[in-house]
Amino acid sequence: MTALPHSFAPRRGFQRRCESTIAWVFRAATYAILLSGVFVIGNICLKGLPAVTNSFRSLEQFPYVTNTFLFEAPESLYVFEQDGVKREMGDKEYRSYREAETARATAEGRPVPEFKAASYVYAAGGIWPCIVGTVLLVLGAMTIALLLGVSSAIFLSEYARDSVFVRFIRLAILNLAGVPSIVFGLFGFAMFVLFFDWNVSLMAGWFTLAFMVLPVVITASEEALKAVPKGFREGSLALGATKWQTIRKNVLPYALPGILTSSILGIARVAGETAPIMFTAAYVVRDKLPWEVSKFGDFFFQGVMALPYHIYVVSSKIPQNEYTQGVQYGTAFVFLGLVALIAGSSILLRNKLRGRYQW
Amino acid sequence: MENTSPAAAAPTRSLAMPLRATPKDDAEPVPTLIDVRNLDFYYGAKQALFDINIEIPDRRVTAFIGPSGCGKSTLLRCLNRMNDLIDGTAVKRGAIKIRDIDIYGPSVDPIELRKRVGMVFQKSNPFPKSIYENIIYGLRIQGVKSKTKLDEVVEKSLRGAALWDEVKDRLHESGLGLSGGQQQRLCIARTIAVEPEVILMDEPCSALDPIATAKVEELIHELKKQFTIIIVTHSMQQAARCSDRTAFFYMGKLIEFDATHNIFMNPKNPQTEAYVSGRFG
Ligand SMILES: Nc1ncnc2c1ncn2[C@@H]1O[C@H](COP(=O)(O)OP(=O)(O)OP(=O)(O)O)[C@@H](O)[C@H]1O
Ligand SMILES: [Mg+2]
Repeated sequence: MTALPHSFAPRRGFQRRCESTIAWVFRAATYAILLSGVFVIGNICLKGLPAVTNSFRSLEQFPYVTNTFLFEAPESLYVFEQDGVKREMGDKEYRSYREAETARATAEGRPVPEFKAASYVYAAGGIWPCIVGTVLLVLGAMTIALLLGVSSAIFLSEYARDSVFVRFIRLAILNLAGVPSIVFGLFGFAMFVLFFDWNVSLMAGWFTLAFMVLPVVITASEEALKAVPKGFREGSLALGATKWQTIRKNVLPYALPGILTSSILGIARVAGETAPIMFTAAYVVRDKLPWEVSKFGDFFFQGVMALPYHIYVVSSKIPQNEYTQGVQYGTAFVFLGLVALIAGSSILLRNKLRGRYQW
Repeated sequence: MENTSPAAAAPTRSLAMPLRATPKDDAEPVPTLIDVRNLDFYYGAKQALFDINIEIPDRRVTAFIGPSGCGKSTLLRCLNRMNDLIDGTAVKRGAIKIRDIDIYGPSVDPIELRKRVGMVFQKSNPFPKSIYENIIYGLRIQGVKSKTKLDEVVEKSLRGAALWDEVKDRLHESGLGLSGGQQQRLCIARTIAVEPEVILMDEPCSALDPIATAKVEELIHELKKQFTIIIVTHSMQQAARCSDRTAFFYMGKLIEFDATHNIFMNPKNPQTEAYVSGRFG
């Protein structure tokens, strides 16, 4: 043993070396995760951003600028050569172009030219109906999930006395969280689409998504309710409040920030699932926008296009080529943006509510 | 026997009000407000109170003392049926009558009972709302809307709780911004805002410093003109200072109940004597 200069001097040895190695292993794991996250998101952004940025078009009237990728329906892309120049046109544009050419040819007395174009489905236009559909699905599913989930969380944490039955319910809810999304999709299909005869519709999609996110909502709400100090309940009851008055005025408001954040995040996550909506709510393509219905009731019983399903369709259901890639990444990019938007606003909401009730 | 009277040896005596364990209340007979008869109380299978008999006088301060776990809080919470909220609790025998009404009788609504029998908790629990909203909480849930009435009650209750001067300029700030002692007085103000007959206090000063404690004790002295007060305390000095009657509990039984003066100066039961002289508990 070499003599140490003083009693607090570091002692080198196997254990010390282990210490720093172990710290580095943990650090490396974290960095690896970070790196892959950055890579995935960066990749999507890099490849998806051009789809959005290259689609700005000026307009004659207000608002003078639009984005065809964000605000138009998907179209087929027509690629053809004319006068030695390669041209790409969306469906509508190509049709009017053909009409114009035909008209000009007949006016000039020329034979109508032959139009030979390669067409690529979904490679032009935009994803507006999908954005609309996803937003509608999220809003509806969120409303249903919050109403049902918060009610049942209130029952479980405030009313139910601890019994075998309640414990069984809790267990069932926990297990529900582990059910694969495709199973929820099939359940929704069997239950809402077939049994309730709602067809492939917003309603069926809402309920399927809501059921899928219910475990998250219930667990989060129960936790948020439990986090409200018991003193608030006792204080309120001791002043002669009924149970419901106590919950409504002195428990729920304080639990709300927690409930909303976790629930909204949960919804944002399941909204990205393809499986639950692909049998219940999503159409591959639909010309009409959801609000273009003849009567109000139809609104709830129509299928919609949705971002995750659109990604699935454009990346696995159509012939792949250099034109489809832009749409795939563009859609994924917009979808990421949308989820970030929902998550961001839920965090803002939470901070706002939290500031109001802090204990 | 050496000087075992804690009242005489009270170390904090100079801080608060002078010792008042005088037998003045025994002069006139005081009507009984709460009459507990042969009460047996159970938490599930565990019996917490054994055959309690106690008559609590109207508009006097009654102190419950006794070692930890002897059932003081349990009895207190029986009086406004807060124990109903705990699973498996039951009054298996006996009755509690307030003004001759059996509060565990089938015709009694615990909600109405709690409006008449208020409670202040050991851990002050102001709601995370403004001071104003805290005070009017009880009235709000009773459906009182009139702004003038509410304003009036807020001022009256805060004055009643000796808090008005300290908070009158910040009524709309959060009640949680107050000091511990102020928070506890806010809770008292909130309780008296609904004008109960009885105020139950479960160790209201246990988290307060001596000065805040003195303020609350002074307040109790004021409040007893209007309210019947029952206070659970671990401080013998506090019981001696601010109560008229004292009940000593041990292991779920009421050992002795008498004028505070008697309990401290010449207890009849040796257990009481041992406890108040600090030899056990
Ligand atoms: N919620 C409960 N469930 C079961 N037993 C309880 C419950 N609350 C109290 N007890 C039991 O009842 C007995 C009396 O408790 P209680 O809280 O009334 O005592 P205490 O005199 O107030 O004590 P402390 O001075 O510590 O507050 C104790 O033995 C306690 O363990
Ligand atoms: Mg207690």
